[in-house]
Amino acid sequence: MPDHGTPSSRYGLSALIRPRALASFVVIGAIVAAVAASFAYVAGVLSPHRLTQARMIDRFELVNGPHPGFRRNHAKGVCVAGWFDSNGAGQRLSKAAVFRPGRTPVVGRFALAGGMPAMADNPKAVRSMALSFRPAGGGEWRTGMNDIPVFPVATPRAFYDQLLAARPDPATGKPDPARMKAFLARYPQTGQALRLIGAQPFSSGFDNASYNSLDAFRFVDAQGRSTPVRWSMAAVQPFAPEPAGEAGGGDPNYLFDALVARLRQGPLSWRLVVTVGQPGDPTNDATRPWPANREHVEVGTLTLNQVEAESPGDCRDINFDPLVLPPGIAASDDPLLSARSAAYSTSFTRRAGEAKSPSAVQVPAGGKGA
Amino acid sequence: MARPGEFPLLSRILHWTMAALILAMLFIGLGMAASLAHYHQLVAIHRPIGVLILVLVAVRLVNRLVNPPPPLPADMPLLLKFVAQASHVALYALMFALPLVGWGMLSAARYPIVLFGPLRLPPILPHDVGLYAALRTTHTVLALLLLATFLAHLGAALTHALVFRDEVFPSMAPWARRRVRIEAEAEATPEV
Ligand code: HEM
Ligand code: HEM
Ligand code: HEM
Repeated sequence: MPDHGTPSSRYGLSALIRPRALASFVVIGAIVAAVAASFAYVAGVLSPHRLTQARMIDRFELVNGPHPGFRRNHAKGVCVAGWFDSNGAGQRLSKAAVFRPGRTPVVGRFALAGGMPAMADNPKAVRSMALSFRPAGGGEWRTGMNDIPVFPVATPRAFYDQLLAARPDPATGKPDPARMKAFLARYPQTGQALRLIGAQPFSSGFDNASYNSLDAFRFVDAQGRSTPVRWSMAAVQPFAPEPAGEAGGGDPNYLFDALVARLRQGPLSWRLVVTVGQPGDPTNDATRPWPANREHVEVGTLTLNQVEAESPGDCRDINFDPLVLPPGIAASDDPLLSARSAAYSTSFTRRAGEAKSPSAVQVPAGGKGA
Repeated sequence: MARPGEFPLLSRILHWTMAALILAMLFIGLGMAASLAHYHQLVAIHRPIGVLILVLVAVRLVNRLVNPPPPLPADMPLLLKFVAQASHVALYALMFALPLVGWGMLSAARYPIVLFGPLRLPPILPHDVGLYAALRTTHTVLALLLLATFLAHLGAALTHALVFRDEVFPSMAPWARRRVRIEAEAEATPEV
């Protein structure tokens, strides 16, 4: 046995500085360094231009400023609760528990798109409805919907670029037109989507707006058949257009205050309508509408009867991650979906660890609270 | 049965299976936290593999008590022995702690903890976002500690194999080891 004279010598200093041992240390060092470098590569440390979830959320913070404790987007909102009555028609398309005939408790949140928690309500702001359906036996379903017909961008990169392009110029208070033009030239789908969005009249409030999934998903039935779908919460409250003149008479919370007042008078309802996609309908591009003649299946009615300001443990502390889905609903190939899940997670993690301050939207005491 | 100086077969199977899983988990975890496009798919496999590791490390600890590891070479300096044993304790602690913290943090965030399809775990902590934030940071810190301990472990294992050329590497090696057995027997004899 070579180099095995006295046993203890193999651990001694003289054994470790022999040329062959030193050569081995070089090899070992190289192996360990290569493994460490591959970890660094995967973690994005070596690629400063990769669009990671942290960089996406950093950009929201850059354009909106720091607002600790609040969502990095859809920052201004209010919590609601109620239930969903399923009529059973959804079972044809999806085995999700929520579509069995019967009632499912729901908690949700109405919000305005934008990362400023104290922004003034205004007619042009995109309104949103986020919901968490909680069937008794498990199979929670979360969804976040907007009141526009299509989404302005198709990819996370376009969203990231749009945030900067649409950032108001401190001098004028408006986005720099040259930058916006360059952005639209780079992403022609956005121009088309913005025309569709502009063509749809805004309603007068949260209560009579309809909210759309925009992203496509897949419904999976009990036999495993998968159908591309989009869905909408269609307001039962009749549509009324935004009144002319100064919106809200100067009340910076007029939309939220009206919603709270409406819910104090009685419950509000929406019909959940599923649009069934056909082969060839774009599932990976939320900027493009599906043809209007697609089958619409009404699967039940959402009723909201409680409203409460954001506070510990309520909708404030939920991440309405659009990929929290029950068996029977699955993601499509839409690249926005995984990006949303990732970005919401980082937004949620950051705000979870920050000190909280009260929401601009407060619900006066008395009446029906959640 | 294990030959003297060698880890029992079950111990070696557990060691190498878990080494592959943990390595994969470190890559998946770091990759998903830095990716928009693959985030969803990676998180979806991160949860079940993490829980599998929790189950396997419990089996492994019981196995270690039932089938104790072979002693370290008698001539290994005490300090080295101590460092080796302390690093193994640290690896066990991290293999338990990481999945438990992962499970706990998802509970505190009130996420459903989905493994496969309808299979999900119950929450082990109440809904509390402050707790979630602390555990989420802990998960990252522990993962980086595990990563560092693993790199040290890798370097140490290779040093045993290439520099010390003692029985330590072959005792865990997945392949047959005639030469070492002879050495182990030769060394075992004078002590008996
Ligand atoms: C890559 C594209 C997108 C990014 C980066 C993004 C980013 C965000 C972020 C950071 C939040 C705050 C999450 C939280 O802290 O809980 C948020 C909320 C929201 N987003 Fe998106 N979003 C994207 C696309 C969409 C799309 C396509 C929709 C379509 C309906 C949408 C609807 C909503 C809604 C409704 C909320 C509010 C949820 C709530 O009230 O908690 N987002 N978004
Ligand atoms: C993440 C991956 C790994 C983990 C968590 C890990 C963990 C452990 C633990 C806890 C032990 C103590 C014995 C036991 O109770 O099982 C051990 C022993 C050992 N490991 Fe690993 N290991 C990993 C990867 C590796 C790799 C890649 C190598 C080789 C290059 C290796 C080589 C060894 C050797 C040689 C021993 C025996 C040490 C002795 O005799 O006490 N391990 N490992
Ligand atoms: C040995 C087991 C595990 C290892 C080695 C591991 C490793 C990691 C790593 C390296 C990260 C990225 C940390 C960062 O960059 O901030 C991570 C994140 C994460 N892990 Fe684990 N993990 C384990 C077990 C688990 C378990 C059992 C669960 C849940 C049941 C889990 C859930 C998560 C989640 C949700 C994230 C973060 C996702 C996000 O922030 O969006 N992990 N893990």
